[in-house]
Amino acid sequence: MRDRAWIFIGLAAFLALALAPVWQSALHGAARKPEPKIVTKAKQCVEPTAEMRRNHMELLNAWRDTVVRRGQRTYLAADGKTVTMSLSGTCMSCHPNKKEFCDACHNYLAVSPYCWECHIEPKEKS
Amino acid sequence: MGEDRRRFLKLAGLTALCAAGKGSLVRLAGAESPAKGGAAKKKIRWAMVVDPRKCLEKEACTACIDACNHAHNVPAFDNPKHEVKWIWKEPFADAFLDQDVRYIDQALTTKPVFVFCNHCDNPPCVRVCPTKATWKREDGVVMMDWHRCIGCRYCMAACPYGSRSFNWEDPRPHIKQVNPDFPTRTKGVVEKCTFCDELLDKGQLPACVTACKEKALTFGDLNDPDSEVRRLLRSRFALRRKAGLGTNPEVFYLV
Repeated sequence: MRDRAWIFIGLAAFLALALAPVWQSALHGAARKPEPKIVTKAKQCVEPTAEMRRNHMELLNAWRDTVVRRGQRTYLAADGKTVTMSLSGTCMSCHPNKKEFCDACHNYLAVSPYCWECHIEPKEKS
Repeated sequence: MGEDRRRFLKLAGLTALCAAGKGSLVRLAGAESPAKGGAAKKKIRWAMVVDPRKCLEKEACTACIDACNHAHNVPAFDNPKHEVKWIWKEPFADAFLDQDVRYIDQALTTKPVFVFCNHCDNPPCVRVCPTKATWKREDGVVMMDWHRCIGCRYCMAACPYGSRSFNWEDPRPHIKQVNPDFPTRTKGVVEKCTFCDELLDKGQLPACVTACKEKALTFGDLNDPDSEVRRLLRSRFALRRKAGLGTNPEVFYLV
């Protein structure tokens, strides 16, 4: 056990590194959660806000498959409203601020959906 | 062991009874499969009839090509090897390689004809696509799902008409005037004419048909004997491109 000191130094260094997120946030405070900026005056999205926040990606995938593969372009919402299933047409007409609405959260969570490699994003004043 | 076999037979009998019962219950409830209900309605089979003689009146006219290229954000690459085309002009003899065109009216055969995806009834591109990114819709349109295309180009090898193009580069910078209502494609994706499925679903005619002032392009339902396409095909003889291959192309050229 001649290396006891080295072992404990090594352990301490490992713990300090492994727990870095904990003491970093204790020191600096947790990173600010992004809040998507909603500019539309409409009271509700196609589905309730909580539902949209959690499941918009599933909804968009379902829209994509229904439009492209089945040729159906009208969505019947849970409350009986009907909307045209279109990302750049319907979604972005209420949320034309892609940077503050889409990218704010997506960047924070490091997810990179590839919608805009093909679909054309609305023009924004940068 | 005897006890186990007895239980097994009882369970098997019960399962068989349930399976048989379900079928009769469904029939009693009158819940027929949707496929059967759909057959009652008349099935649509979209097709195009091209009258190349009408194109002779204005030889330099490219109204249909321009309308299509703008509507679908078709890029224009400088490198001819990278060319992306949905509808384009082809010399008559090249378009109808399998036909003996020597004795057809010279006024026709010395001029180019407009060619595009034939929306075959037996599409070889669909058969080879490994991801089902291309398939034949119920109404006969050979569709593409660009979300699913992995760019393997099997469909391009399979298509005997060269109707499919590959994006060797990012097409975005090569689109003259972007139409915000239609997506572009990305590098590594195959594209082709889709008979303007986005307009068909809204009950409108394809963009090229609407753009043609000379009415050289006629679009309609082959299954409807009273449609304009059927009337034209009754009244005049029409060629199809490489029909001998068995692809059953659904674009007709009046001669």
